[in-house]
Amino acid sequence: MKYNIIIFPGSNCDYDAYFVTKNLMGDKVEYVWHKDTTLKTPDCIIIPGGFSYGDYLRAGAIAKFSPIMKEVISFAQKGGLVIGICNGFQVLTETKLLPGALLQNRSLLFICKHQYVKVVNISTPFTHIIEQDRVLDIPIAHNDGNYFIDEDGLKSLQDNEQIVFQYCDKEGVLNDSANPNGSLLNIAGIVNKKGNVLGMMPHPERTSDPVCGVTDGQQIFLSIKRFIEK
Amino acid sequence: MQKATIYVTLKPEVLDPQGKVIMNALHTLGYNNVTEVRASKMFEVTVKAEKDADIAKEIDEICDKVLANPNIETYHYDIHDE
Repeated sequence: MKYNIIIFPGSNCDYDAYFVTKNLMGDKVEYVWHKDTTLKTPDCIIIPGGFSYGDYLRAGAIAKFSPIMKEVISFAQKGGLVIGICNGFQVLTETKLLPGALLQNRSLLFICKHQYVKVVNISTPFTHIIEQDRVLDIPIAHNDGNYFIDEDGLKSLQDNEQIVFQYCDKEGVLNDSANPNGSLLNIAGIVNKKGNVLGMMPHPERTSDPVCGVTDGQQIFLSIKRFIEK
Repeated sequence: MQKATIYVTLKPEVLDPQGKVIMNALHTLGYNNVTEVRASKMFEVTVKAEKDADIAKEIDEICDKVLANPNIETYHYDIHDE
């Protein structure tokens, strides 16, 4: 299978994603510069973490006007797999490929730490090999990860089973003390209605290589690989 | 030339942690009558336009497309001659 990783000025997790998909998963990967106007025949697009355009205006707000985003939106609308990690999640909400928005953390602090997340939806291409409600250790590193959506939007997310990851403690308990940033319902990741676009604040590419001590992030990349190669 | 002074604010139902921290600081300083602080963004946008031209439509578009995120923010503006 083949990934395309989109690079914006300010992306900084692009090589992490490249390393994991290529060196650990053995997949084909190509970078795509944000000014490009064509994709490079991907099975899955990764919008990596970082601070595209310095997070000016709002995180992800300027990236949505990059030329390549037209192609990314069209690819997603045709059912292609897109995963946005951290700043990538913010870009996906700004482009409206995903509902809601990421606000500043309620603590007003940049948070960088290991975080437990519960996989509450295993019917997506990104999670289908994982056991329901498994707790994964996937680190977060963000200033604006506080997921918000209005009441109707939240109901729609729940009705359509779009919530995929929720922040939890080691035992999988979802409570406020396990919520690092103030996200509604401890939401850490969601998919669109069709299920082919995933946004998540935690960084699976940072816990995939055994040298990191934890390899839980691999579950996401293995799911994608099996989905494409099945 | 005309200039639009645009204010983009979080919707009332959206938590504004920054405003809350500022309010707490004001309380610490003894301003206990302050009951709420909401932080917002202000933009000054200068537009090439005749004195009497109506630029409101253009400013609305700019706000809807770029300056404000309708999921979380609202905006209002004043337009004046430069």
